[in-house]
Amino acid sequence: MTEGVLLSGGAGWLFAIFAALALASAIAVVAARSPVHSALFLLLSFVLVAAIFILQQAEFVGAVQMLVYAGGIMVLFLFVVMLVNPGVTRAGKSFQSQFDVALVLLPIFLLPFLYILGTEKLPDVPVKPDAFRMVGQRVVGNTEAVSWVLFRDYLVPFEVASVFLLVAMIGAVVLGKRSLEKMD
Amino acid sequence: MTITINHYLVVSFLLFSIGFLGVLVRRNFLTILMSIELMLNAVNLNLIAFSRRLSDLTGQVFSIFVITIAAGEAAIGLALTISFFRQRKTLDVEEARTMQG
Repeated sequence: MTEGVLLSGGAGWLFAIFAALALASAIAVVAARSPVHSALFLLLSFVLVAAIFILQQAEFVGAVQMLVYAGGIMVLFLFVVMLVNPGVTRAGKSFQSQFDVALVLLPIFLLPFLYILGTEKLPDVPVKPDAFRMVGQRVVGNTEAVSWVLFRDYLVPFEVASVFLLVAMIGAVVLGKRSLEKMD
Repeated sequence: MTITINHYLVVSFLLFSIGFLGVLVRRNFLTILMSIELMLNAVNLNLIAFSRRLSDLTGQVFSIFVITIAAGEAAIGLALTISFFRQRKTLDVEEARTMQG
């Protein structure tokens, strides 16, 4: 089992701390009554998950997570939270009527995962220490290694993603424009 | 402390479950969107962990794609939120029952 070790020693403890804090702030996202608090706890959770990525030598994905999630998506969320009237959102019950049913059914629904985790044997290949920094046999940075894979092997999905973003942008503009026309 | 792939899977599983619970039980449209982001983040954690375990960079590339999809989903979702709020003057999803019959 020594081959499957991803982190050990101090890095392992750091992972445990980050993971516990990320889970706690995720619970706070769901439990907080005010959407502003939810958004700020979500930001904390994103930053902690980015720290876990960086701990795992995935520095580029960690940086992208910080820039896109913590920088872009969270600003968008906070912007919308400020735009809608917070007094309206806070009024009334914050949980739906099926809360108890959901609490009971969720473990049953997710039980197969624990079964798989207990029984499934992963391929016992050793973890290569520098695999995230290699292009061929050369050791370079993580960003360069990721971009080699992204632009050489996954160029078509990359272009499809850009088309997807264009469609999403047009959709957001159309939806926002329509609601403005309704208001007049 | 020694961390194997199983620790990552458990953390990711719990994160996903919390997000899933949030989608199921919250009434606020915005909080539901945030819970979806939590679930996508849990999937990213899994992708990175397996990518490291199998020493293959493909998982990292896919997590970048997931982040892209999450950005588009957030933009559309928030546009829908504003549209919904303008029409109903509330963010309660239980108010969205035009098609309830």
